Amino acid sequence: MATRHIISIGDFDRSGIDCLLDHAQQIDSKKYDKNALNGKILAVLFFEPSTRTRMSFESAIARLGGTSLSVGSLDACSMAKGETLADTIRVVSGYADAIVIRHPKEGAARLAAEFATVPVINAGDGAGQHPSQTLLDLYTIRQSMPIDKIDVALVGDLRYGRTAHSLASALSLYNARLHTLSPTGLELPDTLITELADKGMEIVNHDSIEEMIGLVDVLYVTRIQRERFPDSASYFNVTSSYRITPELLGDAKEHLIVLHPLPRVDEIDPRVDESPYARYFEQSRNGVPVRMAMLMDVMQ
Amino acid sequence: MTHTGTADENERLLIRRIKNGTVIDHIDGGEALNVVKILGITGTTQEALSVATNVPSRDMERKDIVKLTNRELSKEEVDRIALISPHATINIIRNFKVCEKKGVEIPTLIEGIVRCPNPGCISNTNEPIKSKFRVLSKGLCCYYCDWVITKDLTSYII
Repeated sequence: MATRHIISIGDFDRSGIDCLLDHAQQIDSKKYDKNALNGKILAVLFFEPSTRTRMSFESAIARLGGTSLSVGSLDACSMAKGETLADTIRVVSGYADAIVIRHPKEGAARLAAEFATVPVINAGDGAGQHPSQTLLDLYTIRQSMPIDKIDVALVGDLRYGRTAHSLASALSLYNARLHTLSPTGLELPDTLITELADKGMEIVNHDSIEEMIGLVDVLYVTRIQRERFPDSASYFNVTSSYRITPELLGDAKEHLIVLHPLPRVDEIDPRVDESPYARYFEQSRNGVPVRMAMLMDVMQ
Repeated sequence: MTHTGTADENERLLIRRIKNGTVIDHIDGGEALNVVKILGITGTTQEALSVATNVPSRDMERKDIVKLTNRELSKEEVDRIALISPHATINIIRNFKVCEKKGVEIPTLIEGIVRCPNPGCISNTNEPIKSKFRVLSKGLCCYYCDWVITKDLTSYII
């Protein structure tokens, strides 16, 4: 049987996603085998800093009875000596039963899957794919409403934000309507817009949060990175007009949920945390059951 | 049948018959040099090469022709040509006769021919891999990073 990998959300069809989310829900209800990974060693190779993704994968492995094996620091690993990723993966395949990888280069996880003899899970490759984030985003939406035919707003850096791209692609499987709001120059890439349109997705661009807030069921906010702007003044000018405040949410639908892949900087006013709309910390917590389901999926 | 027997008068004036090798005909006008490039033929390779560009044609307004002496192109090489000139036809010549005549087929996957334009792609590093693209209706999609090349393909030929 071919080794099962999870590299991109595009590797799933709708029923595959639904099946994995159903499994995550079972896990969330404590209905799972706590020894599913007993005796298994999983290599957690993070070649880029991470807090949430790394810790939630390690937590998921521990909750399933597995052992994680990780590189202490980036400077200490052989890649710092010039070893190729391909060689690293071939070597680590001999030490572990599966590999969870985060890497700064796009396509690194796909390459890892080519050279690995054990399952590979992509935990984010550069500006590319981050399937576990998309799955937990969908899982969080599904906790509040059926995903089918909903209106989802993507706000912030939609050009470089990989989470927004993957989520948009996945939502196209669920007949969602997409609303976008982003600073000039940080709009969704044309190739993605064409791809989504080809799949029949309706995309509506907006000029302000006020204009869209009453129309959407999900408000997905992403961080606008400081380095995308020439100077601090233009950065603060832009970010202030994309900041979500309790006042802006005054016209929101009653069941609206606000999501953010975190970390946030100034995009969401901390006062929103106390509102019934805020789901981003729950979203972050959902990383554990969703990643447990992913691990069990590839280790079957 | 000899391959000169069906050639246009102008073509005969421009390019001599070859005894053995490959004639790539009906290349879109102006694309001959890119065809040569995509086949990996450089000034340092051994083939005798004849190129005619913008030749008047009965079927096409203008066409290019490439003749390669003493080299028969493989199916994989032939199909690469489809990426830039899908109407090209290939004639394999042996002892001045057309022994095989075939069209080009657009491949579903191409390897090691086109460089990924994405500087952040793992295929642009020192990893022991060849670039790899899926051929889609919208363009070429990098197997590794999903970057899509929709135009100026020839500028990314390795």
